[in-house]
Amino acid sequence: MATQYRTIVRDGLWDNNGVFSMLLGMCPTMAMTTSATNGLGMGVATAVVMAASSLLVATFRNRITQEVRIPVYILIVAAMVTLVDLCMNAWMHELYKVLGLFIPLIVSNCLPLARLEAFAAKEPVLPSFLDGLFMGIGFTIALTAIGAVREIFGSGTLFADASLLLGPAFKFMEMRLMSADMGVLMMILPPGGFLVTGLLVVGKRMLDVRAGKAIQMGGAHSAA
Amino acid sequence: MKQGTLKHAVILGTFCLGFGLLLAVTDMVTAKDIAARALEDKQNSLSQVIPDSIHDNNLVADSVAMKDDHGKDITVYRARKDGKVSGVAYEIYGSGYAGEIKLMMGVDAQGNVLGVRVLAHHETPGLGDKIEEKKGDWILRFTGLSLGNPLPDKWKVKKDGGQFDQFAGATITPRGVVSAIRGGLAFFAAHQAQMTEVN
Repeated sequence: MATQYRTIVRDGLWDNNGVFSMLLGMCPTMAMTTSATNGLGMGVATAVVMAASSLLVATFRNRITQEVRIPVYILIVAAMVTLVDLCMNAWMHELYKVLGLFIPLIVSNCLPLARLEAFAAKEPVLPSFLDGLFMGIGFTIALTAIGAVREIFGSGTLFADASLLLGPAFKFMEMRLMSADMGVLMMILPPGGFLVTGLLVVGKRMLDVRAGKAIQMGGAHSAA
Repeated sequence: MKQGTLKHAVILGTFCLGFGLLLAVTDMVTAKDIAARALEDKQNSLSQVIPDSIHDNNLVADSVAMKDDHGKDITVYRARKDGKVSGVAYEIYGSGYAGEIKLMMGVDAQGNVLGVRVLAHHETPGLGDKIEEKKGDWILRFTGLSLGNPLPDKWKVKKDGGQFDQFAGATITPRGVVSAIRGGLAFFAAHQAQMTEVN
């Protein structure tokens, strides 16, 4: 049992990372990584949706028949997204003003759907919940990393506006590393997203090769 | 086969009903807070272009619907002191490098600009976005100006022979904003009576 949970955590965070290994969820990855703070916020919102929908699908997995499973999964993900959207708008309004436009993008993210189909549909509730949660955290780490690189080279800052997202106590995270004029504009425009994501995927695979691991590719359906 | 189809339909229908109910309840719970937040946002953007000192009424509650020169529906918010209209605020639109720039402008009863703020735009980050107050003080320079100050042929960016600085690498964005503000002032001049009439 313990090894199963360790595998779930390792898969989500690194081995089978949603962005760097499976290359899923590219739409929000490209759109929301213009700064580390944006990436972090989008990642956290996605993680909440993934954990909740994995939990629900695993709970009802014996009731959902094979024929209607896809519409039911989409219904569950869309309902969770709407729930997060409404609650954030009402009770975390400052954050909503930064991320609001992008919350509906989570529905178009194929990572939650892939994990429901590959994992939550077959496994018990607790492992499924953890799989959704750690896949979501892995997604958050990936988005924050891409956002950080793009932000440093594009605007010369790191975690700008983090206090808007996390509260005034996190003001210390906001750093200016270079003057704004030195930024390479391209990095915060769409080409920068592709370049940085590509380079980080290469970096991750080089680390894996050095560690003697087999490279996982397109592993959305790999056994957990 | 027929029975199978019915079973799937019932399963799918039950899930739709269940989650539909869940969302309906969430909507009911959050609706009041969301409306309050939207009102606060509006008040914030209005208080940036209409100083508190010139009015004693609730701006959001005192509005009149009009059509702008392009046939767009706009809402004109009115500031009053002791019942007399002391200023108005309304949305104006400029065409930028990448689509429409939406601004909120406040004008006093004499037609002087009280303040202008950008509400929404799609300009290039790092170049055109200096029109935001967060990114620079450029937008503040319009405060106190009017249709006759500067003279009409100076209501342009420097590149077009006017008096307003453009940004390095971005002329189209400031040009759009300057002409939107000039247009907004002309709109006020043409409809002053309707915008400030007391009812």
